[in-house]
Amino acid sequence: MESTTPSRRTFLTLSMGIPLGAALAACGTSGPAPVGGAASSAAATTGGGGSGAKATYWYLSVQPQEGVRTRAVERFNKANPNGQITGTTVQNDAYKTKIKTAIGAGQAPTIIWGWGGGTLRTYVQAGQVDDLTSWFEQNAAVKDRLFPSSFGAATIDGKIYAMPCETVQPIVLYYNKTVFEKVGVQPPQSWGDIMALVPKFNAAGIAPFSLGGQSRWTNMMWLEFLFDRIGGPEVFQAVFDGKKDAWSNPAALDALTKLQDLVKAKGFIKGFSSITADSNADQALLYTGKAAMMLHGGWTYGSMSTDGGDFVSGGHLGYMNFPPVEGGKGDPSNTVGNPGQYLSISSKATPEQKEIAKKFFATAVLNAEDAKEWAGTGAVPIVKGADAGFATSKDADFLKFVYGIASNAKSFAQSWDQALSPTAAEVLLDNIAKLFQLSITPQQFVSNMNAVIGS
Amino acid sequence: MSVFTTPARRGTPPAATGGARSGVLPWLAVPALAIFVAFGVIPLVGVLFLSFTSWDGLGEIHMSGLTSWRAVLADPGLVHAVLVTFLVMAVSWAVQTPASILIGVFLAGHQRYRTLLAVLYFVPLLLSSAAIAIAYKALLDPNFGLGAGLGIDLLTQDWLGEPVLAFSVVIFVVSWQFIPFHSLIYQGGVRQIPRSLYEAAEMDGAGRVRKFFSITLPQLKYTIITSSTLMVVGSLTFFDLIFVLTVGGPGDATRVLALDMWKRGFQAGLMGPASVIAVILVLVGLVLALLLRRLGGRDANASQMEGA
Repeated sequence: MESTTPSRRTFLTLSMGIPLGAALAACGTSGPAPVGGAASSAAATTGGGGSGAKATYWYLSVQPQEGVRTRAVERFNKANPNGQITGTTVQNDAYKTKIKTAIGAGQAPTIIWGWGGGTLRTYVQAGQVDDLTSWFEQNAAVKDRLFPSSFGAATIDGKIYAMPCETVQPIVLYYNKTVFEKVGVQPPQSWGDIMALVPKFNAAGIAPFSLGGQSRWTNMMWLEFLFDRIGGPEVFQAVFDGKKDAWSNPAALDALTKLQDLVKAKGFIKGFSSITADSNADQALLYTGKAAMMLHGGWTYGSMSTDGGDFVSGGHLGYMNFPPVEGGKGDPSNTVGNPGQYLSISSKATPEQKEIAKKFFATAVLNAEDAKEWAGTGAVPIVKGADAGFATSKDADFLKFVYGIASNAKSFAQSWDQALSPTAAEVLLDNIAKLFQLSITPQQFVSNMNAVIGS
Repeated sequence: MSVFTTPARRGTPPAATGGARSGVLPWLAVPALAIFVAFGVIPLVGVLFLSFTSWDGLGEIHMSGLTSWRAVLADPGLVHAVLVTFLVMAVSWAVQTPASILIGVFLAGHQRYRTLLAVLYFVPLLLSSAAIAIAYKALLDPNFGLGAGLGIDLLTQDWLGEPVLAFSVVIFVVSWQFIPFHSLIYQGGVRQIPRSLYEAAEMDGAGRVRKFFSITLPQLKYTIITSSTLMVVGSLTFFDLIFVLTVGGPGDATRVLALDMWKRGFQAGLMGPASVIAVILVLVGLVLALLLRRLGGRDANASQMEGA
C-alpha cells in the first residue's frame, strides 16, 4: 500500500498537468488589457441608470494602426454616451487563435474583427455571426461608399456577413534605395533580375531579401506572387474551388522550384526562419540596411515610417509591384493581399449590443475622419474617391501607388491563408515553412497539398 | 507541480489512532479531492470524449467514432512529434542530471562563497519560461543579437533557424532553466547522507572521487529517481518555452507533442485529433512515471542506512 502512494501522486500531477494546460490555453482570458481606459471609465460614470449596454470589440495591437482603431472607438463613445464600445487589443498571430477560441466558447466580443474569407466561412457555418445582407439593403449608403471589391471576402454563399473596414493592403516589393546606390545596381524588372541581384548583394555583405519566416504567412506571400506571375490567378483559384489535384499544375511546380532556387542562392537573410513578423524585425532589417529588399504587406509602410527614423520621410524607401517572371502568363498588374479588413457581429451578442455595433458601422467606420486617419498611416482606406485627399498627404506618392495597384489590378487575390479554411490553411503554412527550409521538395509539397484539397 | 496532498487512503488506519480521528481523516482529503476532480478528472474525461468527435472549436460537436484516432495514428507528423518529444526528454535528462548532481553536491558542502553562488545559481528558477524564451530569442538573433552586437562570428549562428542548432538551443535553455531546481533536490539529498559513512570511508583511505562514486551516488538513488521522474514527465509538457523560442520550427524540427496538439486544435481547428494527442500524452506520461517507479525497486522504503 505504502509504496504505491507516490505513483498515485505522480498520476495526480500528470493528469492535472496535461489537460489543465490544454484548458488554460483554451481560456486565455488573462491576456490583453482593455485600452482606452479613459473612455471606459467615462462610460461608467455617464452611463448612470439603465443604459448599461456595452458592446465589446477586439482588434490588433500593432502601431500606428492600433491608434487609429482606438481613436475611432473613443470618438464613437464620446458621441454615444448611452451605447459604449469597450476595445481590447491583441497581437496579430495571437489574435487568430484567441478569437476562434472565444467564439467557440460563446465568449466572443460583439464586434469580431477579421480578414474575411475562409475563417469567416467557418464562423458562418457554425452560426456564430449575423447575416448583414438585409441591413446593407436598408443602409445602401453605407455599402455604396466602399470599394465594391472589398465585399468579395465578406460574402459567403451570396450573403454578406461582415462590414468591410480599414484599408486595402496589397503586398508590395519594398527596397532600400541607399543600399541599391551603394552596391550600384538597379531595382529588379523581372525574376531574372532578382536572381542576378542576389549574388551581388551577398558579395557586398547585405542580405538580398528580409523575411520574417517564423510567421510563415510571410513566406506564403512569395508563393502567391510566383504562382500568379507564372500561371495567372487561375492556378490558385482551382485550389480554392477544391478541384482535384489542383496543386499539380506545372505552373505550381515551376513556382515552387523557383522559390527553392532563391532560398538555395541565399536570397533570404540569414536566420529568416526564426524571425517573426509580429516583432517588426523583418522591417528593421530593411531600414537598417542589413537587407536590400522585402516583400511585405502595404501596412508595413506605416510602421516603417514610425520606427525607421528618416528612412521613409527621407525618401530612402523604394516600392514596386512584384516584377513579372519571364515567360509567365500572369498579368503584371495583378496583386495579392488583403482587399480589406472585416467587422462581423457576434450572433451571441444581446440585441442592444448589436444595435451599438450597427451604429458603429454606420457612423464611425470609415467616416470622413476615420478615413483620413487611415490615409495618415500611409494606407488607402477602402472608400471610393479616397484618392482625392492624397495630394496634401506627406505619403502622397505611396498612397497613389497603392490606389493605382488596387484600382488597376486585373486580379486582386485574397491572401491564401485567409481565403482557405483554417484547417487547409494550417497544412499550407506548415508545408510552406518546410519548403523554405528545403526539408521537402516541390514534388512533396504538391502531393502533401493535394491530399487536403477540399478539407 | 504537485501542490495537492496525497489523496484519501482506502483501507483502515492503524489501530493506534483513536476512533475519533479516523472519522476526521477522510474529510481532510475532501478539498484536495474536489480540486483534483474539477481540474484533473473532469477535463481528462472531456478530452477523452472529444477525441471521439469532430469539432472545429466553433460549431456543434459531432460524434465521429474512431475517425480522429485513425487520422492521427496514420499521420507521419505524429511519429515525428513523438520522436522529437522523446529526444528532448532523453537529451535534456542526460544533460541536466549530471550537472544537477554535481552542483547539488557542491552546494551541500561548506566552501567559501557557497551561499552567494547558490543564490546566483537559483536566479533562472525565478524567471518565467516565457521571459527566458524571449530573452534568449533576442540574444540569439543572428542579425540583432549578442553575436552581431559584439561582432563575434562564432555567436552569429542561425541559432533558431537550423534544425540541429534550434534543437540544441531548446535543450540548452531548458537545462539552464531547470538545473537549479534539480540541484536543489540533490542538495537536500546529499545533506541527508550520514557523516559517519564518509568518516568510515576516510578511515579506509578513500579519496574524494571514490567517496563520490561509492557513497554519494548510491545514497542518492531515490533522489535521482525523483528528479528524473520530474524531468521526464515535465519534458512532456514543454510548451511555453518552445512556443516562444521556435513555435516548433524551423519546419517541424522542434515540434513536440504538446505543440503538435496546440497546432492541430487551435490553429487548424481540429479539436478531435488534438484531443487524441492529449490522451496519448497522458498515457505516455503515466507509463513513464510507472516505469521509473519500477526502476527504483518494489520496496521504496527499504533502508539505505545499514551500517550508518
